Amino acid sequence: MSDTALLIKNVDKFYGPIDHGVHAVRNISMDIRKGEIIALLGSSGCGKTSTLRMVAGFEAVSRGTISLKGREVHTLPPVRRNVAMAFEGYSLYPPLTVKENIAFALKSSRLSQSVVEEKVAYIARLLEIEDILHRYPSSISGGQQQRASLGRALIRDADLHLLDEPMGQLEPQLRAVLRGRIKHYIKERGLTAILVTHDQTEANALADRIAVMEGGELQQYDTPQKIKERPANLFTGTFVGEPPMNVFEAEISGDDDRMVFALNGDVRLEYRTADFQPDVRKALLQRRRVVVGIRPYSVRRVANGVPARVAVNQWLGDQTHIAADFAGGTMVLVEHDRADLALGETIGIRLDPDSLHVFDAASGAAVSHGRELA
Amino acid sequence: METTSPLERIFRFVALSLVVLFFMFPIVWIFLMSFQTNETILTIPPTIVFSPTLSNYAALITGKLTTSAGTLDIAFMRNLMNSVFLSVTSVALSLVLGVPAAYAFARHKFRGSEDIAFTLLSFRFAPPLLVLLPLTQYFQWLGLSDTYVGLIWVYQLICLPLILWIVRGYFEDISADVEYAYRIAGHSWFATFRKIALPLAGPGIAAAGLLAFIFAWNNFVFALVLASADKQPVTVGALAFVTSSGIQYGQIAAAIVLSVTPTLALALYAQRYLVEGLSLGAVKG
Ligand SMILES: Nc1ncnc2c1ncn2[C@@H]1O[C@H](COP(=O)(O)OP(=O)(O)O)[C@@H](O)[C@H]1O
Ligand SMILES: [Mg+2]
Repeated sequence: MSDTALLIKNVDKFYGPIDHGVHAVRNISMDIRKGEIIALLGSSGCGKTSTLRMVAGFEAVSRGTISLKGREVHTLPPVRRNVAMAFEGYSLYPPLTVKENIAFALKSSRLSQSVVEEKVAYIARLLEIEDILHRYPSSISGGQQQRASLGRALIRDADLHLLDEPMGQLEPQLRAVLRGRIKHYIKERGLTAILVTHDQTEANALADRIAVMEGGELQQYDTPQKIKERPANLFTGTFVGEPPMNVFEAEISGDDDRMVFALNGDVRLEYRTADFQPDVRKALLQRRRVVVGIRPYSVRRVANGVPARVAVNQWLGDQTHIAADFAGGTMVLVEHDRADLALGETIGIRLDPDSLHVFDAASGAAVSHGRELA
Repeated sequence: METTSPLERIFRFVALSLVVLFFMFPIVWIFLMSFQTNETILTIPPTIVFSPTLSNYAALITGKLTTSAGTLDIAFMRNLMNSVFLSVTSVALSLVLGVPAAYAFARHKFRGSEDIAFTLLSFRFAPPLLVLLPLTQYFQWLGLSDTYVGLIWVYQLICLPLILWIVRGYFEDISADVEYAYRIAGHSWFATFRKIALPLAGPGIAAAGLLAFIFAWNNFVFALVLASADKQPVTVGALAFVTSSGIQYGQIAAAIVLSVTPTLALALYAQRYLVEGLSLGAVKG
């Protein structure tokens, strides 16, 4: 494909000897189109930074290939890859002011002094660091250093921008504002970017596609919407979404008339067999032992539902979080209005077949989402 | 502000004064001695009231030592110049060789790099006298004994490990990402070394250089064995003051004052960098 900006193919990363060292990245493959913003989302230590650093050329690729604009680059030194990077640890040059730090990134592009000034001023306004341009890195806060470091990466005109947790140190309001501006800046210029983050709100807001990582493996690589609606496995299902998906182990049985999900033995969810398409039905019955997941905002409260005891009822100002004891675990519900429920009160719960996510109990791979096969 | 009682302050003042007195006394005493004649120095009981004389310095500078037994030629000024020349060139050479090596050891871990670095350090463990005998032999074969080149070479045993190990630590303290940030912006490996690593480790390099200079300057045994009179540094040259007609305390004191001056001046000048070097922590990412 001609519009592929970056192609990562079967890449492994070992720190230390191959096959014996720390296996930080496991057989990752992904492609990024020109002009796309990709988020690498995952918890701390899952290999996001390692992946980014291999793309930049600071860590050797243990196995696999990386191509930029159709050119294999994984053996080239960083200079020859034409990528820009904002480092997790900022890595500003201590003897230079913030302004010089940002302008320094343009040094090799041989722009005239006035153009450089103009660009720096623009970036500084974008990131709200105009008033610290003449300060030294050691005399500004972590959040300011982080923005300076982000500015140093964004100002460059590279084939690929790698941003490693670029807003982790910022206060929420500023983060929300900058998110919008940065996205606009990147899109306006047609830049291609990989954003590393452990914040799913940030990933959802900025990225065209999200790569969910865990334990060095790529779990799912898709649009934010698909990841939410059709999580590829139990990990993605429970990792993405706030509050997290409710999950219960279940045993499935059924005949021509009814499908029964027995949750933890004591709660039985009965559905009409017709609610499931034949192929879904077949897949479910084949498995028998599964994990059933349902998003908190899809759980419905009905009079004749499965009984559950209210344990928490919290109004958060814009939504209510209810936690209820259910099937030997906890079921969390999200509602838009205040709920007039006392603790200990019994409510009826209904799980629509449309909103059930079913995962294989052994492998965690998704079996079905609602009425469709995964 | 911390509040201290007057008593505590007085006590602290007295304690500090005692410490300073203890360490400064020999230096002050030598300084005073250098302005006295041998007779005044040897009076019992010693006195601090005397009429100062510059004769000791005059003798050193003119190279004519007058003793009761006659006039002796001494090469003190020449020794001093030798010290300066040997120390400066040795340290310079060590810096040229050691700083890039330290950078390599800090940044590129390769098989056996730790062993090589340690071997270099181990040169400092061996008692110099043990090394000297074989070294003298080799130098005679190679025609290097009693040459400046040979001495500077041997001085590398003193300076190079010191510089290598100290500077390596400073390079390791610089976050590699600061360099990566520069390299990724399109700069070569060498440009990064020159423009980022060197300036950031500058204070450390200055400190290591100064320390190496002091060690080189104070070296005695290598020069004693491997060099003849006209190439010897002050440390060895000072032996000339132990004459057949007695020890020339006044001249020795003056010689010490003169030979300490360059190191002292250098240390005072470099103090600024040393302090900066210690606060390099700000660089760590
Ligand atoms: N230089 C290194 N040497 C050894 N192990 C490392 C190194 N860098 C990272 N790791 C390990 O690799 C794994 C992934 O790290 P990293 O890519 O930094 O994760 P993330 O950025 O997702 O938090 C972690 O287990 C970490 O301890
Ligand atoms: Mg990281």
